[in-house]
Amino acid sequence: MDSFTQRRRRDLILAAILAVIAACVPVFVKDVYVQNIMVLTLMYAALSQAWNILGGYCGQISLGHALYFGLGAYTTALLFTKFGVLPWFGMLGGGVLSALIALALGYPTFRLRGHYFVIATIVIAEIGLLLFHNWDYAGAALGIDIPVRGDSWAKFQFARSKLPFYYFALVFCCVAWFITWWLEDSRWGYWWRAVKDNPDAAESLGVVVFNSKMGAAAVSAFLTAVGGSFYALFVSYIDPESTMTFQFSLLMALPAVLGGIGTLWGPVLGAVILIPMTELTRSFIGGSGRGVDLILYGAVIVLISLARPDGLIGLFSRRPASKGVPQ
Amino acid sequence: MGLLYGLLAVGLALIFGLMDVTNFAHGEFLMLAMYLTFFLFAFWALDPLLSIPIVAAGMFIFGAVIYLLVIRFAMRAEANRGMVQIFATFGLAILMRGLAQFFFTPDYRSIPASMLGGKTISVFGVFLPVPQLVGALISIAAFGGLYFFMKKTDFGRALEATREDAGAVALVGIDKNKVFALGWGLGSALIGLAGGVMAIFFYVYPDVGASFALIAYVTVALGGFGSVFGAFAGGIIVGLVEATTAMILPPSLKSVGIYAVYLLVVFIRPRGLFGSI
Repeated sequence: MDSFTQRRRRDLILAAILAVIAACVPVFVKDVYVQNIMVLTLMYAALSQAWNILGGYCGQISLGHALYFGLGAYTTALLFTKFGVLPWFGMLGGGVLSALIALALGYPTFRLRGHYFVIATIVIAEIGLLLFHNWDYAGAALGIDIPVRGDSWAKFQFARSKLPFYYFALVFCCVAWFITWWLEDSRWGYWWRAVKDNPDAAESLGVVVFNSKMGAAAVSAFLTAVGGSFYALFVSYIDPESTMTFQFSLLMALPAVLGGIGTLWGPVLGAVILIPMTELTRSFIGGSGRGVDLILYGAVIVLISLARPDGLIGLFSRRPASKGVPQ
Repeated sequence: MGLLYGLLAVGLALIFGLMDVTNFAHGEFLMLAMYLTFFLFAFWALDPLLSIPIVAAGMFIFGAVIYLLVIRFAMRAEANRGMVQIFATFGLAILMRGLAQFFFTPDYRSIPASMLGGKTISVFGVFLPVPQLVGALISIAAFGGLYFFMKKTDFGRALEATREDAGAVALVGIDKNKVFALGWGLGSALIGLAGGVMAIFFYVYPDVGASFALIAYVTVALGGFGSVFGAFAGGIIVGLVEATTAMILPPSLKSVGIYAVYLLVVFIRPRGLFGSI
């Protein structure tokens, strides 16, 4: 058994152990505020994992993922409030819709490279934001209030307890992780890394670069939209500002980048550190309205990205990946 | 207005386009320049028109210092350099916004009376607001200056050479950090010019930069990275497109036209109108 297979088996065991621990945490932590942070952390870990598939593994830096997040949230909310469609179908529908839109958008944009591509993704998401802002049927700038109709799994509404949301977020995060784990060793995974490292060389070796990018975009958009649906149900109120802004696209990419871009554990590690930090600074020092939370948050991002360009995950590997210092 | 976007884009064109460094704090640089103009006015009653050179000088120093403190290290990263730059400057942007909120408070401020504010002038029967007109003139001068600077001076050539091959440049005795620090200073000074003009007719508040930054990126990319003339042309196109869209669509959708034109241009010409990289 080679070391790669061994490592993959270790990753899977570690993930299972962590999932079991995470599942037990709510037994000991009853505080609603802390549970809220845990739900958000898991959600961002999953979203960042989804972003990582396209941005990390395939190397296509998208800063417009808020579009898919918003599409997922809006599809679910609109279908539920206007047609009474159960959120589970809305979630699936939003995911499929986002994946299709990602393919349609990928067709012209994947020909672009570097900054031109990044700016195109930002601009497309921004157009989406402006359109939703002016779409009266979808509540325009006011957004959509999802009415509470009693606790039920079918409607995915729980007014009194955060636990069901927690467990769903945990499952979602595990699924996103597992998909990434599975793809890492699949033909797609190898193609993506080849496309990321050198698209021209990959092309000459028979990798269909364009299709590889499209595949990554579809998977990534689907998962992001599911996250958006979940968010809409979790906060039961959405508007364009809270789901589709540029800041949001950055927030999805940030955990993966700080944790370790293009790695299996990077997004998880990044989210576990970043999200509680954001929430805690916001509620404990942000109340002054003088931006101290922003100062700290910004400083931490600058320092981490300068000190550990490969991401914090590098701290855990036994051998620094880039330097190759002999043991 | 188009020329103003051009002026805003020219500083970014130098940093983003000519040095190939992603600066997501561009809008916050602008915010700082506008605050500088405002405080010079508030404390010493210095008219924005007169304080523009001071602001530009201040921003020059600020830009060079930021390069030496932050960007230098971000550019040294070997793995995923682009992402490190994006997020180091994004963190910087948040940090600057937080500092602005802390020291300047989130209040909206404006310069109530200046030599130019609110005045209009009639040119061939068309009434034009004077501040915008002065901004346009400064913009044309800045572009001309930068274009001349890049093509005709040793420093301009050194900058371009350093971007292309820092290793080879070091061999002929050019210090990469010195060149880039000066380049950042110069780029920031140009943002200072834009900030000084814009402080006359826009409110100043900590988040002001965010609303202009994206348009500046689009302007530079539309014209094509690595081209000063491209950024200038991009600015004019963006201004015209915005004015046209505002006439057809509701005002809240006016940016959609700009974004759509950008997409259209890069789908046809993947390197912008005049881009070389």
